[in-house]
Formats: sequence, structure tokens, C-alpha cells
Amino acid sequence: MKRRKFDLAATPGKAAAGVDDRFAVATPLRKLLNKVFPDHWSFLLGEIALFSFVVLLLTGVFLTFFFEPAMTEVVYDGSYAPLQGTPMSAAYASSLDISFDVRGGLVMRQMHHWAALLFMAAIVVHMLRIFFTGAFRKPRETNWIIGSLLFWVGFLAGFTGYSLPDDGLSGTGLRIASAIMLSIPVIGSWVTSSIFGGEFPGTIIISRFFIAHVLLIPGLLVALISVHLGLVFTQKHTQWPGPGRTNNNVVGERMFPRYALKQGGFFMVVFGVIALMGGLFQINPIWLFGPYEAWVVSAASQPDWYVMFLDGSTRLMPAWEISIPLGDGYVIPPLFWPTVVLPGILVGLSTMYPFLEARQRKDYRSHNLLERPRDAPARTAVGAMAVAFYIVLTLSGANDVIADKFQISLNAMTWAGRIGLLVAPPLAYYVTYRLCLGLQQHDREVLAHGVETGIIRRMPDGRFVEVHQPLSASNGHADGHGQLDYVGWVVPKKMNRLGALGPAIRGFFYPIEKPVEAPVSPGHPPVEARPEREEVGSGESRH
Amino acid sequence: MTSDNDRRRGLLARLRERPAARSRGRRRLGAAVRLIAALMLAGGAYTVFAPGAQAQDNPQLTGAAAEGKALFDVSCVTCHGRNAQGVEGRGPSLIGVGAASVEFQVSSGRMPLARQEAQAHRKPPVFTDEQTRQLAQYIQELGGGPVVPEGDDLREDGNVAAGGELFRINCSQCHAFGGGGGALSSGKFAPSLHPATDRQIYAAMLSGPQNMPVFGDNQLRPEQKADIIAYIQETLKHDQDPGGFNLGRYGPSTEGLAIFLVGIVALVFASLWIAGKS
Repeated sequence: MKRRKFDLAATPGKAAAGVDDRFAVATPLRKLLNKVFPDHWSFLLGEIALFSFVVLLLTGVFLTFFFEPAMTEVVYDGSYAPLQGTPMSAAYASSLDISFDVRGGLVMRQMHHWAALLFMAAIVVHMLRIFFTGAFRKPRETNWIIGSLLFWVGFLAGFTGYSLPDDGLSGTGLRIASAIMLSIPVIGSWVTSSIFGGEFPGTIIISRFFIAHVLLIPGLLVALISVHLGLVFTQKHTQWPGPGRTNNNVVGERMFPRYALKQGGFFMVVFGVIALMGGLFQINPIWLFGPYEAWVVSAASQPDWYVMFLDGSTRLMPAWEISIPLGDGYVIPPLFWPTVVLPGILVGLSTMYPFLEARQRKDYRSHNLLERPRDAPARTAVGAMAVAFYIVLTLSGANDVIADKFQISLNAMTWAGRIGLLVAPPLAYYVTYRLCLGLQQHDREVLAHGVETGIIRRMPDGRFVEVHQPLSASNGHADGHGQLDYVGWVVPKKMNRLGALGPAIRGFFYPIEKPVEAPVSPGHPPVEARPEREEVGSGESRH
Repeated sequence: MTSDNDRRRGLLARLRERPAARSRGRRRLGAAVRLIAALMLAGGAYTVFAPGAQAQDNPQLTGAAAEGKALFDVSCVTCHGRNAQGVEGRGPSLIGVGAASVEFQVSSGRMPLARQEAQAHRKPPVFTDEQTRQLAQYIQELGGGPVVPEGDDLREDGNVAAGGELFRINCSQCHAFGGGGGALSSGKFAPSLHPATDRQIYAAMLSGPQNMPVFGDNQLRPEQKADIIAYIQETLKHDQDPGGFNLGRYGPSTEGLAIFLVGIVALVFASLWIAGKS
């Protein structure tokens, strides 16, 4: 019997043709795989958030297998001795079991928590990149709004997750959350009692937060992330200005294979960093906090870092209570302003910023080229102002830890925060604005006069001048100055950066190429090293 | 029955209701006699109990207390004054603070004070255990007060789980869940519990040093104190931190710092590296 010859090389092609015959995917897939992404390290920050979200889903699913979202009272009899025999909620007992009795449970819990912190941190860092480069401008305002909403939905995801173990620390946080809801005028008490199913803490809140944390909020996050990425695909990625890059093209790498491979590798790196942190750094040691009881509280009770700015605003808020003589008397507690009004203003300002800026600059064109921070000093300065505001609030959220560990009076910390909140943002605005103008001016100077060579020349009359290497051929100017337009991209500042060549030595962590050894021919002495460069004197001109 | 009723009513009521039949003269005489008797009683008691003129300089001190007084007069008298009566604006009176307070303050190096400030800091102790005991004995004999029980191990049979519950109710507000301490107002603070010995923790609960409230034996029974000490010494100090490096156990504030300094920094470097590979 004659055996048919099996052609291995033709198999993938055949298989692909078979798939295409049935599903007709070649045309759309070709478009997708040939999609071009510009390459810059700062475009990868959003991916950190995306990949840590994937890790969150994976570790979160593992945790749900063992977590019991109930406030039924049980008596702990697991393997953590210092809590044995203590009455506690089933949620807390199962969290302890995950930490001590489920194989790999503690590292999964810690990875989940670190991934959550990383998710929020990457969102903020990515958002700063988008802001400072002007990537939110038309046509990408919608994606900016979705991104800001992702922060707030992530905030909710984090808070509900933080509350689930029902330990002493998270219960304190939940108590504060209920107080914040209660402080809302008119509807406060109704909101609180409908969320908690009555008075705090009730018996239902953990189950409700559980379903919000594992179904509703992740569903919302997945939907928002999908739209976010879909819009990046259809609107195309922004790029830096530079040679060959215009507002109407995209210069970069194709989706397949390079970009996809890089992204796959980057996912592994993100996963690895989270796993390392989950294995090396202890986070949220719930066994020390004990079960939540209304009378238990600890010094240095803080929320996770992305909520800390609200804690800080609460700590800085003076005790201004507004009494309204209506009926039996009505009081707006001071808590209302820093925890309900302030986040409301922040959501409004941040989502509306693209429109505010377009209106202010009277710029309603589409922008696919990014702006360097120095080229939009007003925006950069506003961003620095927001960052300063946020940092002062976040530090104030930890002001008791700072006061204790650095031996500063807590009262001094509070006043430093209050004054800093008013002084630091305008100061940051001014300093950043001047820095931007200075950097821009230096770029323009190099374009006009050339690169500083470090050669100092003495003129016949005794003056000293530095020789500049012009960037372009002189066009009639006696001093060799050419005319170069300012395009908002990197200008060479050193002699060896001239020209289109990359850095002289290749390699990121260490040089990957060694300079070629000089050949030694027989009968000749080995080539000597080049003599050290001499200091340039003021005698002969080398111009 | 009437006499019973009389007895049940108060003394003043009975005095008020004495029949008005007695003459005014007899009443005045009676009052004078009672006054003289009371004066004699008070005077007699004074002569019996009041120390003589020379006894003021030589209180009856045991040997150890006399040694303690010698130490006191060299090291403590500047602020706490002669006979530990205190000096206005410098140091409080030590009458009645008890040996427990002396033991806590001196053995933890807080006294002698380095400088006047919001609160004393723990330092290497200046006095030996023996000298500390003598000082404590002196203060105890001056005015009495709480005393720490004998022995270095004050957590015998302590129940760690019960101690944990008591710790979270009574101590963690200021000393934090991990026992690392926390800030109080105006530069005051609750110190870290990690360097404290059994006796120091017990003495602190009994005497309420600096800004700490007193946890007397009617608030926390001695066996409850043993539970708390057991929890602090055996769980908080010897917890092996199953999750890895504990970041100082400062809670979410250092965790937030770590995610930026470690996580974000590492990943920004990774993205620089990946984007550089083109």
C-alpha cells in the first residue's frame, strides 16, 4: 500500500486555508494583525493596569472557591492559635482559613491585594501620562472620560474588596463609609439603611458587598475596559512628533508579530512582579486585626493608598458644622464636605477637563500627535497643581503614622497639611510653569545657535566665547546660524547625539557589543591606545 | 417598733427631734462638754501619731529604701524635690505613685529624663536592677501605691486568645494592632511595645505612665493582665509574619509606598526595556 507523503511545511497553510474557507476571517484578521502601534515606553503604562486586572480576575476566582460571604457567627477553630475559640463572622473565619489552611491561599490573597494596589497605581500613572502629553484632546475625550470612570469604579472595587474579610481594620473602614453616607443631607439615612439593611453593621452587608465585588463591579470594569481598548483601536494610538510622523499617519510596529510578542512578554513581567510582591511582602495581615467588633479600633487605621486622599481631606477639614434652623433643627456635619462634595468636584473637573482646555485654548481641531509637557506649560502646570493637591491629601491620610515614626507633633502635621493644601498647589503651578518655559527656551536656543561644544575661545580683545556647532548648514548668516523650526521634539544637546544614529553603545542593562579589538599584525608593535584628550587651551582656534 | 424606726432614721434626724423639754442651759452645758471631749480626742491622737521634730529628718526607712533615698537625692531630687514632693513646673510629686511606677520609668530608661518635652522616650537605663529596686522601695515607703508582683515571668498560664481580645479592646486604639505604637496629640505618643519586658508592661498597666490610662486590678484582673502580656510577648513579638517582609506593620500607608517604590518602579523599568528593544 502506498503511503501518501506527509508535507509538514504545508500543514499550517492548509489548516489556515481550511479555517478561512469556513469562517472567512482572513480579511479582518489581516487588518488587525497589520495594525501599527507606535513604540514608546510611556505607552505601556496602561498595559500594566490591564495586565494586573487579568491577575486580579485569576486570583480573585481562586479566592471565591474558599471565601464564605456571610456574617453568621462562628467560633474559630483553625490553625492560627491566637484566635482559636474566638467568636467571629464566617467571612472572617474563611479569610483566616484562606490565609492559614488553604494550600497557597495566603500567597493568592496577597497577590490579589498587591494586584489591586498595582491596578490603581498603574491607572493613575497612565492617566498622568495621558494628561501631561495631551493625549486626551479631540478626538479622544470620550476615552479620557472612560478612563477617569475606570479609576472611580476601581476605587469601588478596591473598597468593597477591602471590606470583605470583615476584620478589625476593614470594619473600621466600613463604619467610616456608613458615616460618610449618613452625612449626606436629606437622603443620608435612607441611603445608609438601604445599603446596610438597617442600622450599621447589620447582618447583610458582607453578602451584598461580595456580589458587588465579584459580579457587578468587575462586570462594569470589563465593559469599560473593552470600550476603552476598542476606542484605542478605532481612533488609533497617538504618537510623538518626529521625523516622518504627522497628524495623519501612525509610525510604529505591526501588531503581529513584534507588538503581540512584546505585549505577551510584558504580561509575564507584570505577573512576575505581582507574584514576587505577593510572596515577599506581607500585605493586610488580617490575623493581627482580629474580628470586627464595634468597640475595636486601632491606631494608624488607614484605607488603601487610593482612598487615603479622602481620609486626608477628612483629617484636615476643620470642625465646621452648619446648623440650619428648619423644623427641629437640621445639621450638615463637617464630614460631608471632604468626603462627598470634594470627590464630586474632582470627578466633575477631571472628566470635563478636555472640554475646559479646548475652550480655554480655543482649539477644536483633532490631535493625533502628542505634545511634550514643556510645550504646553499651562496644562503641565495645572497637572502639577493637581498632583500636589493629591499628594498633600494622601500624606495627610497617613499623618498619624508620619507623626509617630518621624517624631513630629500630630497637631503640627495637621496644620502643615492644611497650609500645604492651600500653598503647595499654586507653588507647584508656578515652579512647573517656569521649568517648562526654561526647557522650551533652551531647545529653541539650540535650534537657533547650535549645540554647545565645550570649546571656549578667547577673542583678540580678551573676551571668552563658547563655540557652538550649528545644527543646520548656514544660510547666509555670517555667524553660521541656520533657520530651524521648533517642532516640539527632542533636540540634540550633546555633540555625540548629532545625526540620525542611535546611542553609540547598544544594550539596556550592559553593553551588548564590545568594540572590536585592533588587529595585531606580525612584526609590528601592538596598536597603542589613543592618547588622552588634552585640555583645550585658549591659543589656537579650531573653528 | 418606734425605737426601731428611730434607729433606722439618720442621726441628724434624731438630734433634731429630741424633745424640747430640756432647758436651754442644760443643752449648752452638754454642747460644751462634747466640744471639749472632741478637742481632747483630736489632740491626743495628734500627740500619739505626729512624728517628733527629729523624726522629720530620719523617717523610718528599711535598708533598701535608705539606699534608694541616697540615689534619689543625687539623681532625682532636682525635678521631684526633697522627699519626692515635686517641684512646680519641673516634676510631679511621687507620693503615692508606688513602686510599679518607679520600676516602669527607671527600668525603661525614661527616668532620669533627657529633657523636658511632651513625653519621655525609652533609653538605655541609667540604674541597675538593684538600684531600681532600691529607688522603688524608697518611693513605696514614702507614700505607698501599686506594686508589681514578684518574678520576671508575669504571663504564666496566660491565654493568648483571650489576651488578644483584651488587647484589641483596651490597647490597640493607641498602640496599634501590631503593637508598634501610634501618635497622640501635640507630640505625645503611645510607644512601641516591642522592647518592653513582662514587668514593664505590667507596671505600665498598673501605674498608667505619661498619657496611658491606669488599668487597675478592678478594670483588668491580674489574670487578664497575664493574658494580655502573653499575647504581646508571644504573638505580637514572635509572630513570624507568614506573608513575608512585614513592611514595618504600619498598615496600608507603607503598602501604598511599596507598590510605587517596588511595583511601579520595576514595571516602568521593564517598559523602558521592552520599548527600547526595537
